[in-house]
Amino acid sequence: MQASPITCTIPNLSTRLLVFALNPLVLLNYLRPEPVLPELTMPSIVSIANLSKTYTSGYQALKDVSLDIQRGEILALLGPNGAGKTTLISIICGIVNATAGSVTVAGHDIVSDFRITRSMIGLVPQELTLGAFDTVWNTLCFSRGLFGKKPNPAYLERLLKDLSLWDKKDSELMSLSGGMKRRVLIGKALVHEPTVLFLDEPTAGVDVELRKDMWELVRRLRESGVTIILTTHYIEEAEAIADRVGVINHGQLLLVEDKRALMHKLGKRQLIIELQTPLSALPSALDSWALDLSAEGTHVTYTYDPHKTHTGIDELLQVIRDAGLLLKDIHTTQSSLEDIFVSLVKAKP
Amino acid sequence: MNLYAIRVIYKYEMLRAWETSLQSFASPVISTALYFVVFGSAIGTRIQHIEGVPYGTFIVPGLMMLALLTQSIANASFGIFFPKFTGTIYEVLSAPISFVEILIGYVGAAATKSLIIGAIILGTAGFFVPLEIAHPFWMLGFLLLTCISFSLFGFIIGLWANNFEKLQLIPMLVITPLVFLGGSFYSVNMLPPAWQTVSLFNPVVYLISGFRWSFFEVADVSVGVSLTMVMVFLIGCLITVWWMFKTGYRLKQ
Ligand SMILES: Nc1ncnc2c1ncn2[C@@H]1O[C@H](COP(=O)(O)OP(=O)(O)OP(=O)(O)O)[C@@H](O)[C@H]1O
Ligand SMILES: [Mg+2]
Repeated sequence: MQASPITCTIPNLSTRLLVFALNPLVLLNYLRPEPVLPELTMPSIVSIANLSKTYTSGYQALKDVSLDIQRGEILALLGPNGAGKTTLISIICGIVNATAGSVTVAGHDIVSDFRITRSMIGLVPQELTLGAFDTVWNTLCFSRGLFGKKPNPAYLERLLKDLSLWDKKDSELMSLSGGMKRRVLIGKALVHEPTVLFLDEPTAGVDVELRKDMWELVRRLRESGVTIILTTHYIEEAEAIADRVGVINHGQLLLVEDKRALMHKLGKRQLIIELQTPLSALPSALDSWALDLSAEGTHVTYTYDPHKTHTGIDELLQVIRDAGLLLKDIHTTQSSLEDIFVSLVKAKP
Repeated sequence: MNLYAIRVIYKYEMLRAWETSLQSFASPVISTALYFVVFGSAIGTRIQHIEGVPYGTFIVPGLMMLALLTQSIANASFGIFFPKFTGTIYEVLSAPISFVEILIGYVGAAATKSLIIGAIILGTAGFFVPLEIAHPFWMLGFLLLTCISFSLFGFIIGLWANNFEKLQLIPMLVITPLVFLGGSFYSVNMLPPAWQTVSLFNPVVYLISGFRWSFFEVADVSVGVSLTMVMVFLIGCLITVWWMFKTGYRLKQ
């Protein structure tokens, strides 16, 4: 764990109070229990096959993307700006037409069975798109109605209370803060009790506390059986909450993998040895070890695979001792998803 | 059928009109009343009867049409353009509703607003000039058809427009001239023969002629032709909208 520099700043009280707010425990109630259907035996809830999208501008935003999303998982889609994350989500939700390929949700095609698939899906969009003059209450009623559900004031009241928006129910949307607006959007996405939830950058522009609470909410939703797909630029976010991670760049899905397996597979570990006296160059005895000497000559870095039985550390330390170097300190670092992500995105043009 | 969805869209649109009722209802009525004052009272007293109808009365159907056309188009185009512009359209697009339901909600609301405006104008006109409606049933029929088909037309413009300028373009450059030249304030028969022929290419002529016939049994072209033309226009709009939704034109592309 690295110490976060933000831990020492104390947000003012009102922010802290607003900051959930999202009281994730209670949000559980809003989600339908998984229907016991033959669907349960199906391996994936969302199945994307050879999906491509070329916008009318001629820009190809998605290139032959295939992906299976498991029932009940949290999948994080990582990718730089313009990678195609929002495009992918928009196609599944029915906002954008695909150019080629198909998507099924619980076995139903999103085009021919759109009524079934769309009723199962909730979407929190990337932008804070809300009508300016509606009240919180009215906008939630509107969303519920759009999804063909009969009004249920008691349910709405519970949802608003748990999102800490109850006292704002008659406020105009335009008078809300950004964080509140995002909560309204979450409310709108949950108001029809979806089983698949898409969160397009749910924590963009959200303060640290709120972000942590959002993560907690996502986890709770997952525990209640909701499948969650979120996009993010924050590797930290994917690392913290996702079960699986997908990396998109230039419209291509570069990889999808279990988060731990990914880190296990690609994660290199480094042994950093601090010397008592700086070196100008490494002794020749160490030539056969692919070591890096820091610019000041005080740190020697050895990169190894921690999953091998023979890491070479023991030998290395012996050789260093034999070479007459005096050690001051030793520590290891684990490469993070971020390093993995950067190397993946850089690798492909 | 997702009836709840139709209901919330319709209600939302009506509520929007209600909250801006000064702009939605009062302003078209006031501007029509001004036409009455200028054309009906001031100029009309100098003009003799047209085809046996006092001028002030004669212009009532045309004025109603003028208001209905512009209001239907303005309301319906704005109703769909605005959510597209702000991005809130995402919700409608991602909801389990078909394009028919979207149409009924948006176009239905716009047509309702126009109907209300039409009724108010008719009531107001009664204060200024003596009015008798020869065929109330046909009058209502033309009124409904006009409101629906031009709201549909406005909806198409709203889908097509990708900026505010385009939203205004068609109503200003096409509809207003067509309506003014379509015989709102005169009978096409009063024009020189060459211009009468040109007028026959103006669809609004058929609309006003038919509508006027339902009031006074006086028409530039036969009612059957009028009705057919309105229906053709309506069907043309329906096909266009259907195609737009099917291809996702400017909406999902
Ligand atoms: N309506 C559109 N017309 C044309 N091009 C578009 C349209 N929407 C998106 N694009 C392009 O498609 C590409 C992918 O966009 P998309 O919004 O899916 O990226 P993203 O991964 O969500 O990026 P970000 O992280 O910035 O949100 C971008 O290059 C974008 O410019
Ligand atoms: Mg995006």
